[in-house]
Amino acid sequence: MIKNLLAKYASPFELGRHGIMGMNRRNISYISRYNPRRLYPLVDNKLKTKQIALDAGVTVPDLVGVIEYQHQVSRLWDMVKDWPGFCIKPAKGSGGKGITVIVDHDRQRFTKPSGKAETIEDLERHVSNILAGLYSLGGKPDVALIEALINFDDVFDGFSYEGVPDTRVIVFRGFPIMAMMRLSTQASDGKANLHQGAVGVGLDINTGRAIRAVQFNAPVRYHPDTGRDLFELKVPYWEQLLNLSSSCYEMSGLGYIGTDMVLDKHKGPMLLELNARPGLAIQTANAAGLVPRLRKIEKLGRKITMTPDERVAFSRKEFASEL
Amino acid sequence: MYSRKPFYLIVAALFLVGLALMLHRHFVYEVPWLPGEKRQIWSVEAKVEFEANGRPVKASLAVPGSQPGFTLMNESAASPGYGLSFVQTEGGTRAEWSIRSATGHQELYYKVDMMLDPFAKGPIGNAPPQIPTVEVAEPYATAMDQVLTLARERSSDNITFTRELLKELNNGGQNAELLAQHKSAGPLLLEMLHRAGVPARLLKGLQLEDGRRRQPLVDVVQVYDGERYQIFNPATGDQGLQENLLLWEYHSAPVLDLVGGSNSRVSFSMLEQEQPVNVALAKKFDQPDWINVSLYNLPLEEQALFKGILLIPIGVLAVVFLRIIVGVKTSGTFMPVLIAMAFIQTSLLTGLVGFLLIVGTGLVLRSYLSHLNLLLVARISAVIIMVIGMIGFFSIVAYQLGLTEGMKITFFPMIILAWTIERMSVLWEEEGPKEVLKQGGGSLVVAVMAFLAMNNELIRHLTFNFLGLQLIVMAAVLLLGNYTGYRLTELKRFKPLVDELKHD
Repeated sequence: MIKNLLAKYASPFELGRHGIMGMNRRNISYISRYNPRRLYPLVDNKLKTKQIALDAGVTVPDLVGVIEYQHQVSRLWDMVKDWPGFCIKPAKGSGGKGITVIVDHDRQRFTKPSGKAETIEDLERHVSNILAGLYSLGGKPDVALIEALINFDDVFDGFSYEGVPDTRVIVFRGFPIMAMMRLSTQASDGKANLHQGAVGVGLDINTGRAIRAVQFNAPVRYHPDTGRDLFELKVPYWEQLLNLSSSCYEMSGLGYIGTDMVLDKHKGPMLLELNARPGLAIQTANAAGLVPRLRKIEKLGRKITMTPDERVAFSRKEFASEL
Repeated sequence: MYSRKPFYLIVAALFLVGLALMLHRHFVYEVPWLPGEKRQIWSVEAKVEFEANGRPVKASLAVPGSQPGFTLMNESAASPGYGLSFVQTEGGTRAEWSIRSATGHQELYYKVDMMLDPFAKGPIGNAPPQIPTVEVAEPYATAMDQVLTLARERSSDNITFTRELLKELNNGGQNAELLAQHKSAGPLLLEMLHRAGVPARLLKGLQLEDGRRRQPLVDVVQVYDGERYQIFNPATGDQGLQENLLLWEYHSAPVLDLVGGSNSRVSFSMLEQEQPVNVALAKKFDQPDWINVSLYNLPLEEQALFKGILLIPIGVLAVVFLRIIVGVKTSGTFMPVLIAMAFIQTSLLTGLVGFLLIVGTGLVLRSYLSHLNLLLVARISAVIIMVIGMIGFFSIVAYQLGLTEGMKITFFPMIILAWTIERMSVLWEEEGPKEVLKQGGGSLVVAVMAFLAMNNELIRHLTFNFLGLQLIVMAAVLLLGNYTGYRLTELKRFKPLVDELKHD
């Protein structure tokens, strides 16, 4: 009885040996230490993130429009009618909450990636909810962003099921530490969150090749909906993507971030959003702990005078997986 | 890396100060660690009776004060028509009644409440009294000397001497029989001690037995050995203060001093009550000094309020523990504490059923609201009104069914319930019912845990009586806030990962 119970739990010493980072360590030793509280609004508000990204010359998806006040909600139709696909996001949402993606519409019915249709009234209600702060951190009033849909690159055909496959890179003091690709599945309803059932593919920092893949914390080899061999995955423009993520450090001033990037057919790597509290699932996807890599960077001392390119080169050398 | 030293110093300081406050409360104010402790209070009534014959009367009765073993709680006297005052004299405190003229049978009452109190201190004279010289008639003198000689040989000091003397007097030998006819046990012992040059005096005590009436005072002998003294009960030969022996007069003064009356008699009745310790102690320490920050000095209503307020940190500690160490997901950080507080009012089972009923029904109704396309603030307000309606409805139904328990769901915090319903409903739309069950269940588990912690008799007692505990809780919360180890749920989450890493 007790043995069975214990068999379900890992020993904390075992986890410590592999350098797996837990929530408490992340919060205390990294987030609160390296992310100054006053800079949070830059990443917690997607509108501000967009602005600093544009100032820094980082590519971001096109902005269709912003709805700030309730009386503007009726303008939604005018904003989106000429865009075939778009997505509505709360500027201060977290964890993918409140994002509605519309892939197509016939001016009556707006089709979500899952094939479910919504009316313009549904969308307006969604925008009202966003404005009222239903999805924002702490329920504060919010604004709604309407962004153009990303034309994602054909290289990922079959790797993702209804939804944009995005690449999450953990960047610590400007060094890419660990990366994974998040592929949406039927189970995750087009969302890229691993706890909702998206597939996480661990990527080699050096090459951008898949190391392994997990869904619901268990290793998988083939995409559950499309059946593609996930080990064939290799992210193109990898160096460009790493440089982009590394430059997010200068851009935001935050020491410990998760950068979410997508690959657009025409524009190449684009920054979707920054996350000041990146989760821990990336460790499962990579079968590696974050702590040893973070320690390595911490050992470099307080003052690091390296350009983003040099930092990327350092990371690719140090954190390459032996394949 | 910045230094963690100040942080640990603060935590240690908080802990130590809290502990010191608690120990102070325990040792100085005798607040017990465990709840439900009762203290024995003896109510003793002295009845003074005499015949008055028309002249001015002054009756002076020796009354006891706080003394080793007993704390005086309160005293009162009843005597229609008499003037009364309590006088501090050389011979201790005395109650003095006076009247210009009285005739016939008089009854005066004096009542005192004494708490049985192992910590009590009080003055019992420790200056050795003068030894009067006493002439003793034969044959008693010879008998006395024989007994005294025997006792002296077997003893080393005054105390042991008295012990041996008592043994001799109670062994039923010839001398003892003879001396028993001379005087009663108390005065006899006193006389013999004086004869042997041992300083001693006679005190009057009262044997406490529940519900006894018309009890006389008993003689107790206090024997000195330098500054030390020891109390002996000559009738039984017991040494030391008996637990239920209340010293009534211990200043070598007469118990009753009566002018203007005759045939006086003092008799005692007594009654034992058990009082909760806090009531008893509140009476004992009703003069608070600045460090005795005690809620007992507040009016009862505020005390009851504080009792609840002081429990909140315990609930909060439970939440912090479950979230940081165990990793339970809850909807809203301190919603569980508020729910737990409602459980305290409603009792657990009623509370759980009520909570599930309201939230369940609320989710159903809320799903309809979501089609109305309302603004958030208006929608929450609608949910609040709905919750109030449901609470009213369920209360009425419960009342009609004769379930008075059901009435208690009015104790739930309605705003919190409304928010909970709103959050859960959004969660349902976004993440599906599974996540709702997970977070709702998590919140409920935490609420139940917090409730169990807050409802524990011992914890309630400690939080209310030992304010130092709040500082210790604070220290614990700070320490938990600094915990960088794994959560229990993470051990489960990363288990497959660890297994794989082992195989590699």
